[in-house]
Amino acid sequence: MTPAGSLLAAHDLHKTYGSTPALDGASFSVHPGEVVAVMGPSGSGKSTLLHCLAGIVTPDSGTVTYGGRELSAMSDAGRSALRRTDFGFVFQFGQLVPELTCVENVALPLRLNGVKRKEAEGTALEWMARLEVDDVAAKRPGEVSGGQGQRVAVARALVATPKVVFADEPTGALDSLNGERVMELLTESARTAGTAVVLVTHEARVAAYSDRDVVVRDGRCRDLEYAV
Amino acid sequence: MTWLRDLGLGIRFAAGGGREGWARTALTAVGVGLGVALLLTAASVPHLLTERSSRDRARAEVAASRDAVVPKSDTTVLRVNAATEYRGIGVEGFLMRAEGAHPVLPPGVEAFPGPGEMAASPALRELLASPEGALLKERLPYRVTSTIADPGLRSPHELYFYVGSDSLTPATGGHRLAGYGDDTPAEPLTPVLVVLVILICVVLLSPVAIFIATAVRFGGDRRDRRLAALRLVGTDIRTTRRIAAGEALFGSLLGLLAGLAFFLVGRRFIGHIELWNHSAFPSDLTPALWQAALIAVAVPLSAVLVTLVAMRSVAVEPLGVMRHTGSRRRRLWWRLLVPALGLAVLGLTGKVEEDAPVDPYPIAAGAVLVLFGLALLLPWLIEAGVSRLHGGAPAWQLAVRRLQLNSGAASRAVSGITVAVAGAVALQMLFAAVGDEFESMTGQDPSRAQFHTFSEKVTGDAAARTIEKFRATEGVERVIGTVETYVIKPGTFGEDEVTPTTSLTVGDCATLKELAEISSCEEGDSFVVHPRGDKELSDWVDETARKGEEVELNPAFGWDPKAKSVRWTLPADAATVTTSRDPIGLEHSGIMATVGAIDPRILPSAQTVAQIKVDEGVEDVAEYVRNTAARIDPGMRVATLASTERDRQYASVQTGLRLGAAATLLLIASSMLISQLEQLRERKRLLSVLVAFGTRRVTLGWSVLWQTAVPVTAGLLVAIAGGLGLGAVMTWMLDKTVTQWWLFLPMAGAGGALIVLVTLLSLPLLWRLMRPDGLRTE
Amino acid sequence: MSIGHTLLGLLESGPRHGYDLKRTFDEKFGHDRPLHYGQVYATMSRLLKNGLVEVDGVESDGGPERKRYAITDAGITDVAAWLAQPEKPEPYLQSTLYTKVVLALLTGRDAADLLDAQRSEHLRLMRILTDRKRQGDLADQLICDHALFHLEADLRWLELTAARLGRLAEVVLP
Repeated sequence: MTPAGSLLAAHDLHKTYGSTPALDGASFSVHPGEVVAVMGPSGSGKSTLLHCLAGIVTPDSGTVTYGGRELSAMSDAGRSALRRTDFGFVFQFGQLVPELTCVENVALPLRLNGVKRKEAEGTALEWMARLEVDDVAAKRPGEVSGGQGQRVAVARALVATPKVVFADEPTGALDSLNGERVMELLTESARTAGTAVVLVTHEARVAAYSDRDVVVRDGRCRDLEYAV
Repeated sequence: MTWLRDLGLGIRFAAGGGREGWARTALTAVGVGLGVALLLTAASVPHLLTERSSRDRARAEVAASRDAVVPKSDTTVLRVNAATEYRGIGVEGFLMRAEGAHPVLPPGVEAFPGPGEMAASPALRELLASPEGALLKERLPYRVTSTIADPGLRSPHELYFYVGSDSLTPATGGHRLAGYGDDTPAEPLTPVLVVLVILICVVLLSPVAIFIATAVRFGGDRRDRRLAALRLVGTDIRTTRRIAAGEALFGSLLGLLAGLAFFLVGRRFIGHIELWNHSAFPSDLTPALWQAALIAVAVPLSAVLVTLVAMRSVAVEPLGVMRHTGSRRRRLWWRLLVPALGLAVLGLTGKVEEDAPVDPYPIAAGAVLVLFGLALLLPWLIEAGVSRLHGGAPAWQLAVRRLQLNSGAASRAVSGITVAVAGAVALQMLFAAVGDEFESMTGQDPSRAQFHTFSEKVTGDAAARTIEKFRATEGVERVIGTVETYVIKPGTFGEDEVTPTTSLTVGDCATLKELAEISSCEEGDSFVVHPRGDKELSDWVDETARKGEEVELNPAFGWDPKAKSVRWTLPADAATVTTSRDPIGLEHSGIMATVGAIDPRILPSAQTVAQIKVDEGVEDVAEYVRNTAARIDPGMRVATLASTERDRQYASVQTGLRLGAAATLLLIASSMLISQLEQLRERKRLLSVLVAFGTRRVTLGWSVLWQTAVPVTAGLLVAIAGGLGLGAVMTWMLDKTVTQWWLFLPMAGAGGALIVLVTLLSLPLLWRLMRPDGLRTE
Repeated sequence: MSIGHTLLGLLESGPRHGYDLKRTFDEKFGHDRPLHYGQVYATMSRLLKNGLVEVDGVESDGGPERKRYAITDAGITDVAAWLAQPEKPEPYLQSTLYTKVVLALLTGRDAADLLDAQRSEHLRLMRILTDRKRQGDLADQLICDHALFHLEADLRWLELTAARLGRLAEVVLP
């Protein structure tokens, strides 16, 4: 069923919000370390696909398999634990906790995994340095620029060395220059760490940072890889 | 002019802001309205008390006939108090007999009740007709022929009656009464009571004020954003402030109307509501005009002021709202000054003599300063405390950081708790000190008897019959019955000489053995009983109780010209014994005689007294005892032994205080809940993101809990420390000793419950917001 | 743009006269540049020679002789291959792509597939450019960016067209 060697694969997903179908038979797969762009017009179901893949939303039907395990067969707590340990997230905006400092924000996934504060913040600082935002570590998100904030978010997504990073329009709120910088750092760091990236975007130039692209249209996904 | 224009603009925004604007205005209006209704109710309390006491006095005996001997006339009435108690609720009433054709009528009664007829209050009438009142009906087996109208009742649910009698005489306890309406000036409250009342008002009303202030700020964040949009089209900062003030003004004016409506509607139902056996006539609940006017002016004014002050810490810029946080550190010195000043005022006032006229205002002012000083101290303490908190689990970190960023809102809500709890703790300590002192003075022993009855009706075998009937009553374990009177030494005595007097107690041997240390007793014996260890008093007894000599059995002889002399000789072989404590805790001394030695029927003004011990496990045992008493003599009074009585009264004051404090805590809890929910809704997206991260629900739940728990705990600590301090000082001022230091525990528990309650009630929304819908932007 | 493939595609819906073909072409794709009849004639002879069309019949009711052309199986295969083959991403590609989309619609093929294939091709080139940009110096970056922005514009057009396929079908289908 799932393409050979895939890390995360979805098969024939259906999801309806109210009476609006968001996914209508979508299939998808990503290999370890691969950067896949999910493209498609607004309302096509890109984000829903991402939420289903990450186990945030349970599809009405269809299967999501991660590392040989069926997500829908796991409990909510199990999926949450998986998201803490194996997945990372970058969103368009509103994702940093405003009252925590940047370094505390980056350290949060580690803290949620039970890592001690000192150690977590040490690792967080390393990642912030890699993303060139270690100078704003002690500042609160409200005090840094949009590009810096987004890089802090990328650092947070990568800090727990996840297997998959889900990025939902990560550059949506940035200008082209900052957006490209964020994409460069994200894909570079992911490739170095062997992290797979599922990149939801409607911008071709952002999608161009991927290894492969997948189009979602009317809730259906054209994953050529999957057809194999 | 610009002021008016901008205020008007604000009002237009509040009224025309679409659904969201209306929702905000309505929320404020309801919040303010609740507060206003409470304030109006509180303002009505003096009027309520005046009205009640004036009705109470209108039906009391006219002062002129109370102390003097009233001649019998066409209008005079004989009456005896027939008050009783039913299942813990007082039932007051009188047996009455008209002495002429035109008897005076108490207020609310149209016709004098004939023999066996009863004029009852509506509530009593209803109770007697219902199955719940069956036992009372047995005690008051009269035909209810009329209803007492409202002017004759203290409150709508009062249980009150007048019963006509054809057998009542002055000899059987009837007291002659010339008319109704006690016109002596009412006794003013003692200074101590004034202080207590002022404290209670402060304690219960200040949270209301704080609640109103919070209600005015409901939805403030959204309003700020709207104002930012106005700044974008060119409004200056002052204008935005005035517009905000206009919005607040409109909300509070609506709140004023809502409050008036709540009050008027609530008042109509107040007649049907009973709280702790108290009720009130709707017409009694009328606030004093000047107080109502004060509320009408002060509430909108403070709404505007609160808004303007709140706006000072917010910079509404065209592109958004900035909060000045961290930049302006709170200063400590002036916050410390206020409670210190309060303590100083109290200290300088010094100890209060209980009866000496004392100006209560410095005391009240001192207490108020201390309480509000605590509320002022709190924001500083919370800010200072929170800034020192670090690390901990993520839930703790999230909560603490949130408080560090903005502890103002939390402090404001919690300061209401601080005032309420500190005041309640201080008041409870005070009450406990006063109450315990009383308790230790009485030293009654309710384990030996729980009831004490006395009746003016004395028959030959009065005591014996009384004992028999009570013994036959269900639930009664033991009865001590005696006939008691005063006897005097015969002869004439000078103007400034006190007639030697002692008491005479007649009972059977078993009974007398309960009252004095009598080793052997036979029917026909008499005893001289000395008080324990008091030579002077023993000698005084011996002045009257001379063995082998006569005593005068009619205490009125020589004083009342109509009184006839009744003489009796104390046998020469009467033994002298020492008294022992009776079940009520009294020590009987004087002469004790068995029924064989003296016939109680010859005693001119004696009382039949019974002390009854019951099995408290029997349900309604008190009602059985009272019913038996009423069968023996409808005028018989039944008293519950004082120690339990006091306990109950004291407990009810405490319960009242606790319930009042609990109600204010609930009010505060609701405002904390509203701001908590508002804050959660604002953070919907952030919550979804945290969930995407795999944050456990529990973690976020805990963080919400900590966010409430940290400030509330701080507030409670301040409140308890401050309340204990204030309570200790006030107790010292009343020259009492603090007896109970641990009375704050229930309040602390209530505070804990509040934390849990606010958290639990915000959890459903939190769970809902944690659903991934928040992530959907498309 | 390949006129030969376009005419072939038009024949797929049924045999037509040369003049008929020209009129339909002008109607659907010609806009302000109508096709010259001689060009139709020349193209049809080339297609005839290559065996992609055949003469279905000759009519001469009073006027000059008119040949009716029909598409052969080889012709159909040729059209399908052409449609499936994404164009090399380059500026001003729209007219060719537009022709392809309309023909796909006219011949009942999946126009969305065609657009997706084209998008993949564009993205493939964009990936290469992005890669080059990441490794190159500032001059390289600027040059690559220029190309990237153009390609992105094309892609946006593709996206918009994909979203409007339904309405386009209503317009072009008889």
